[in-house]
Amino acid sequence: MNNKVVSSLREAIELTGLKSGMTVSFHHHLRNGDYVLNMVMAEIARMGIRDLTVNASSLFDIHAPLLQHIENHVVTKIQTDYMSGVLGKAISRGIMETPVEFRTHGGRPSDIELGRTPIDVAFIAAPAADGMGNCSGKYGKSACGSLGYAYPDAMNAKKVVVITDNLVPYPLLDWSIPETYVDYVVTVDAIGDPNGIVSGTTKITRDPVGLVMADRAAQVIRHSGLLKDGFSFQTGAGGASLAAAKFLKDIMLKENIHGSFGSGGITGYMVDMLNEGCFQSLMDVQCFDLKAVESIRTNPRHQEISASHYASPSARSAVVDSLDVVILGATEVDTDFNVNVHTDSNGYIMGGSGGHSDTAAGARLSMIIAPLFRARLPIVTDRVNCISTPGRDIDVLVTQAGIAVNPKDAELRQRLVDAGLPIVDIHELKELAERTTGAPTHIAKGDRVVANVIYRDGTLLDTIRNVPAK
Amino acid sequence: MRRSMLFIPGNTPNLLINGAYLGADALIFDLEDAVSPDEKDSARNLVRNTMKYMDLRRCEVIVRINSIDTDYWKKDLDAIMPQKPHLIMLPKSGCAQDILTADAYMTEVEQRLGWEKNTVRLMPLIETALGVENAFAIASASPRVAAIFLGAEDLTADLRCKRTKGGNEIDYARGRMVVAARAANVDVYDTPFTDVNDDEGIRVDAEYAKSLGFTGKASISPRHVGVINEVFSPSQKDIDYAYEVMEAIRLAHEQGRGAIALHGKMIDAPIVARAQQTIAMAEEMGVGKAADHE
Repeated sequence: MNNKVVSSLREAIELTGLKSGMTVSFHHHLRNGDYVLNMVMAEIARMGIRDLTVNASSLFDIHAPLLQHIENHVVTKIQTDYMSGVLGKAISRGIMETPVEFRTHGGRPSDIELGRTPIDVAFIAAPAADGMGNCSGKYGKSACGSLGYAYPDAMNAKKVVVITDNLVPYPLLDWSIPETYVDYVVTVDAIGDPNGIVSGTTKITRDPVGLVMADRAAQVIRHSGLLKDGFSFQTGAGGASLAAAKFLKDIMLKENIHGSFGSGGITGYMVDMLNEGCFQSLMDVQCFDLKAVESIRTNPRHQEISASHYASPSARSAVVDSLDVVILGATEVDTDFNVNVHTDSNGYIMGGSGGHSDTAAGARLSMIIAPLFRARLPIVTDRVNCISTPGRDIDVLVTQAGIAVNPKDAELRQRLVDAGLPIVDIHELKELAERTTGAPTHIAKGDRVVANVIYRDGTLLDTIRNVPAK
Repeated sequence: MRRSMLFIPGNTPNLLINGAYLGADALIFDLEDAVSPDEKDSARNLVRNTMKYMDLRRCEVIVRINSIDTDYWKKDLDAIMPQKPHLIMLPKSGCAQDILTADAYMTEVEQRLGWEKNTVRLMPLIETALGVENAFAIASASPRVAAIFLGAEDLTADLRCKRTKGGNEIDYARGRMVVAARAANVDVYDTPFTDVNDDEGIRVDAEYAKSLGFTGKASISPRHVGVINEVFSPSQKDIDYAYEVMEAIRLAHEQGRGAIALHGKMIDAPIVARAQQTIAMAEEMGVGKAADHE
C-alpha cells in the first residue's frame, strides 16, 4: 500500500462498510468551527444509511444540521458529553425517541475502552496528516492543538477515517495519533472555520462582581493548605475562572511557589503560568485559544494527553486523580452541593458535564464559582433540576455574598474561617438570593425522558425530562 | 463605622443589586460623573428603586447627586431624599455658600416629609482648588455636614498637574483636608486609588492616607474594599491597648485616683476618647480582646 488516501469522503465511508444501525464517532477539538461532522453526516444521509448512533465528545451550535438527520431517521441515537443550546433545545422538546446519553469526558473513553459503547467508524478531523494517517492537531491552517478526545475513538473503533485539509509528505513527525490505528485518509478543502475552532484570545472578566468572586476563589486556594511546591491546578475558560487563575498566578509568583502541572482544556492564561514558572508542565486534552495552540506546538513541557489519560475512571490512573484544585462553573447548585451544568433555568439542555464531574471526583479541592443570582433567578436552590456532579464531590461554593463549604470538609472550613474569609452556610446563600429574586416556582417538566445523565462510572446519575410546549 | 466607601454607578443594575455583597461599609450610588446627561432620569429612578426595594444589608447608603450648578440636583434630592439615604454627597463643593444652598433645599424636603432637620447628613466632595482652600469653612458651614471627601481626579485637573500614583501633587490638599475636618469635628475621606489592577499600590496609598489622619477611603473597585477595610480597622494590638486603657480608668476610679498611668505613660482625655472609639469599632467588627480568642 503506497498510502491510505482515498479519492472522496463517500469512497472512504463505503470502504469502512458502514451500514444502517451502526455507530459513528466524532471529536470536538474544532468546536464551533467544525465542518467534519456535518460533511460526514450529509454524505451518509445521501448514501441512504439510516438509524445511526452518533457518539461525539461534544456537540455545538454549528452541528444544527443534525436536527434534519434526526427528523429523517438518519440519526436515531446520540451519545455525547456536552450539547450547546440549539441542539439542546430541540432535544428538550422531544424530537428524539431514544434519550440522549450524556457521559463525562472521562466516562466516554472509559465506556469506549470497556466495550460498553462500541464504535464502528471513527472520523478524525486532523489539521495535519500524512498519507498513511499519522495525524496531529498542532499544524496547518485549522490547527487546534491537542487531539486528546480523539485518541479513544482512533484506538478502539473498528474502522478509522482521518479527514484533513493539510496532507503533508510521509512521515508527519510529532504525530498525535499514529498510522497504526488509521484505515483511510480523505482530503477536503477545509475541516473547519478557524474563527470557531479557537478564540483569538480568552479574556478574564471585567465584571467587578466576577472579579470579587475570583479574588475570593484565589484566597480559598491560598489558605486551603494545598498551595505549596508541587501544586496542581485546573480551571475552565469562563471569565471569572480565568480571573481566579490570574490572581492565583500573582500569589504563586509572589510567594515563589512552583507547582507541578496545570491540566484540562488549556488557555493562554495557563500557558502564562507555565512560562512564568508556576508549573513544571501542562497536561493538555484540548486547547481553548491560539496561545495554547502555539505553546503545545513549541514547548515540550506542554504535553498532549488522551481523554483516558485525562480523566478515565477505568484507567490505572488519570491526571484528574493527581489534581489538587479545580475551579468549575454551575448553572445551579443546591443546598446539598449538587451541581447542574446540563440544563438552563427553563429546563432546556444547554451544556453537559464535560470534565466537570471527573475533575470534581479527582481533585482534592473542587470549587464552584457562581454568582448568587443570574438575571432573575437565584443560583442556589433546594434541588437542582439536573444532577450533573454529585454534591459529595464538591467542596466549596464561592459567591459574591460569601463562601459556602460542604459540611463534610470541616477542616477546610476551619482553615478558611481562621484566614478571615467570609464563610457562610449554603442555606444562607439561598435565602440571601431569594430575598432579592424571590423564590422561583419550579419549572414544569414533561413525562418523557429526553436524556440520561450517566456518571463517570457508568451508573445513571439523573434523567432530563422534556420541556412541555406552552 | 465607615472605613470604605464604594462607588456604584447609578446606571448599572448589576452593580446596584450586588453592591451590598461587595464588603464596603458604605455604598456611594453615583448620579453624577458616572451617568451621561441622557441617562440622568433613568439612573435616578434606578437608584431610588434600589433603595426602596433592595435589601442593602448593613451598608450605609450615600448618594452622589449632581452639583448645584446643574439642573439636576433638586430633582435628585426630590427623588432620593424620601428613601432616607444616610448621606448626600455634594460634588464640586467650593465654598460654605454651596453647603448652605444644598442645606436649605434639603431642609425644605425634610419639612415636606415631616422629618426633623438634618435627618439626612451631607458629605461635601471637595475637588477644586477653591474647595481645598475653603475646606474648614465647608466642613463647618452646617451641622448637617458629617464628613468631607477629597476628590483628586478633578482637583489635579484644576491644579493643572498630572495625577500620579505616588500622589505628591495632592499632599497639600490631603493635609489641609484632614486639618480642616478635625478642626470642624467631622470625618474625612480620602480619594480613590484608581489603578484597579495594582494590589500593592492600593495598600500603600491607603496606609499613607491613614497615617495622615483620614477616617477612611473611597474606592471605585470592589477589589480594593478589603484592603481599605483592613488598613482602616484597628489592629488587635490597638484593640487590646484600648481595653487596657478602659480597665486602668475603671481601676483608678475604684481606687479614687485622679492621675492615671499605663505602661509609664499618663492617660489623658484624648487617649480615653480614642480608646472608646477603637472599642466601638472593634465591637462593630465583632472583634474582642486577644484573650477572648484563646
